[in-house]
Amino acid sequence: MLLRILRLEVAIAAVALAFAGAAIAAPADDLREAQTLYAQGRLQPAMERVDAYLKTQPREPQGRFLKGLILTEQKKVPEAIQVFTGLTEDFPELPEPYNNLAVLYASLGNYEKAKSALELAIHTHPSYATAHENLGDIYAQLASRAYDRALQLDKNNTTAQVKLAMVKDIFVAPKSIAPPKAEAAKVAKAEPARVEPARPEAKAPPTAKVEPARAEPAKSEPPKAEPKAAAAKAASPAADEKGAITAAIEAWARAWSSKDVKSYLAAYAPDFETPGGEPRGAWEKQRTERIERPKSIEVLVKVQSIAVEGDSAVAVLRQSYRSDTLKTSSTKTLKLVKAGGKWLIKQERVGG
Amino acid sequence: MSERARQPRPRRAARAALAALLAAALPSTAPADDAAPDAAVPAFANEVEASLVRAIVGLRESGLRQAIGEIDVALSKTPNFRLGHLIRGDLLMARAGIPVAFGQTASVRAGAAPLQDEARVRLKHYLDAPPRDHLPLPMLKLAPTQAHAILVDTSRSRLFVFANQGGEPRYVTDFYISLGKNGVEKRREGDQKTPVGVYTIVSAKQKLPEFYGPGAFPISYPNEWDKLHKRNGYGIWLHGTPPETYSRPPWATDGCVALTNDDLRRLARYVDVGRTPVVIGEGVEWVAPERWQDSRRDFLAAFEQWRADWESLDVDRYLDHYSPRFRSDGKDFASWRAHKRKVGSGKSWVKVGVSDMSVFGLPAGEGMFVVTFAQDYRSSNLSNRTVKRQYWERDQGRWRVVFETVIS
Repeated sequence: MLLRILRLEVAIAAVALAFAGAAIAAPADDLREAQTLYAQGRLQPAMERVDAYLKTQPREPQGRFLKGLILTEQKKVPEAIQVFTGLTEDFPELPEPYNNLAVLYASLGNYEKAKSALELAIHTHPSYATAHENLGDIYAQLASRAYDRALQLDKNNTTAQVKLAMVKDIFVAPKSIAPPKAEAAKVAKAEPARVEPARPEAKAPPTAKVEPARAEPAKSEPPKAEPKAAAAKAASPAADEKGAITAAIEAWARAWSSKDVKSYLAAYAPDFETPGGEPRGAWEKQRTERIERPKSIEVLVKVQSIAVEGDSAVAVLRQSYRSDTLKTSSTKTLKLVKAGGKWLIKQERVGG
Repeated sequence: MSERARQPRPRRAARAALAALLAAALPSTAPADDAAPDAAVPAFANEVEASLVRAIVGLRESGLRQAIGEIDVALSKTPNFRLGHLIRGDLLMARAGIPVAFGQTASVRAGAAPLQDEARVRLKHYLDAPPRDHLPLPMLKLAPTQAHAILVDTSRSRLFVFANQGGEPRYVTDFYISLGKNGVEKRREGDQKTPVGVYTIVSAKQKLPEFYGPGAFPISYPNEWDKLHKRNGYGIWLHGTPPETYSRPPWATDGCVALTNDDLRRLARYVDVGRTPVVIGEGVEWVAPERWQDSRRDFLAAFEQWRADWESLDVDRYLDHYSPRFRSDGKDFASWRAHKRKVGSGKSWVKVGVSDMSVFGLPAGEGMFVVTFAQDYRSSNLSNRTVKRQYWERDQGRWRVVFETVIS
């Protein structure tokens, strides 16, 4: 229940460097496979892999973090709390385990504990955007509780719940994604094309500051060209392309939000590299399922950088995903290719 | 303060002028009016209330920023919305990590209590609303001359407007209202209570002190039933709100029914002075359409039996429709019975025509209905046309007349 409300962190940004050098080939493969399986929603095999990995690396934070995530999705809340608590004890400098711990506490209705955990996360990284956003939501929960008590609103009453949901629908319904119409050049900058009417004020925490620190060296895939050089060479055409790419990414997010599976899949290139290397058909089937299952999806994207080289490009974006069952925000890297005048996604992965 | 000087008779010119004034001032959009409402949740009565409900109900799901945004929208349109300012303060405190409801300090809380009541009744209207297809039991039949009827449910602090659809009520819209600071069932002048009963709007007033907002509609308190029960006082109006506040707390007037000025202007378009009934009841019962139809059939059958038995010339059967507690214009049941027996014995035939009939209910004992109708009475030795009003009470499973009067 709480997952619907708060942003769960799906990756540790700054992995303790002590472990980087010690990576052993075979266990690292286990972890990667576990991550892929988790991303596909295959929780049980993912758990088997991560357990195998942790047998050789019992203290390694990425593996433990993933285990916590899997337990969370399996709704094994006490076990998940145990895993994330362990991480906060062993790696008190990492903000993400605190954040996820807070999400779990909030799912139990324990907003005070959730609040403390988020405050610790912010204490470790004052600019950690996810924790700030989550803390705002916790404050909203607490305020809502205060009103429920003061107004004697019985929200446990089922009929009230039903009607509540409907009142809320009236409330939320019109706040869907606005059409991106801004001029390309403007869009390519920090300002996202789509306004989010739901949150009239600008997001307070400066996400840009956090991102570089959160890049994962192990995964980093160097962009094909330094963005600055490319931009300098052909300023105006590059800006046009960036506008087109931004528009393509926004169209993709919009199709996803409106659960338009056909348009969503059409955003991917025919030679799209499926995340687990599975056949295109299997991947499409799995995506279709994941998009159709939730009652509602809202995906907001904020493109942070685009590097174009000829007919290919790499875009890094901040993605907030929210459905009736899950709410996450993460950094994503998309490799795009231009085919027939359209920019299509060639590769998609989590991380900057 | 609502105990005003005695009301003049309705004047047609004044009525037309007020209608023109109010119509000109109407907002262009009226969310709930005349929309075909099929959702289970009531449509929002107006944008200010919509923002309030969205902010508080949506807090959990949509967060503080959106809630503050909603309140800001409401306040930008109605800067004198005091409840809105209070909630905005709460939400700003919450954003600073100190969640409070209706003020943090004791002194603010004490002053905020009436506003808290207002928030509660406004929200409950949406959270505990009867299903949308349900009908109010007191609104049983509208006369053809009544295009609309007004129902005040004092327990919900709400005024409902119904349109006349072939004699049956069709929901049109509803408004938050403020009532007497000492509650309901007015008895005495100055008791600061709102009367309960079946009334009519008798006039329309404008150019009033600003305390009353843009206008007022006096109702027919005390009516014949009130007078029978020695209830006094006068000057019960439906009126607006002073300029310094958008709305007043639920229990704040001297017995009048106060609406926000926007809502009063919207109400004005449904008012036909001299005709529009105002039914004021406590704890109005809303029932499924089938049950409502059953109640209607049951009562109308009892009434028709009374008419038919009168025509039958069987005085005992006719008198059986009257309660032992019956009274009429100074007569008690015994003297009434004697009179009827005497009159009845000299007739060879009687025809009773009933038209322009309305039936509105009151919550009393097992139930009470007020029937008003044009009676076309013809008999072998006397004929007349009158407008009659009867109060019927359910007593041991049977409907009986407890009071009858000729109103014109």
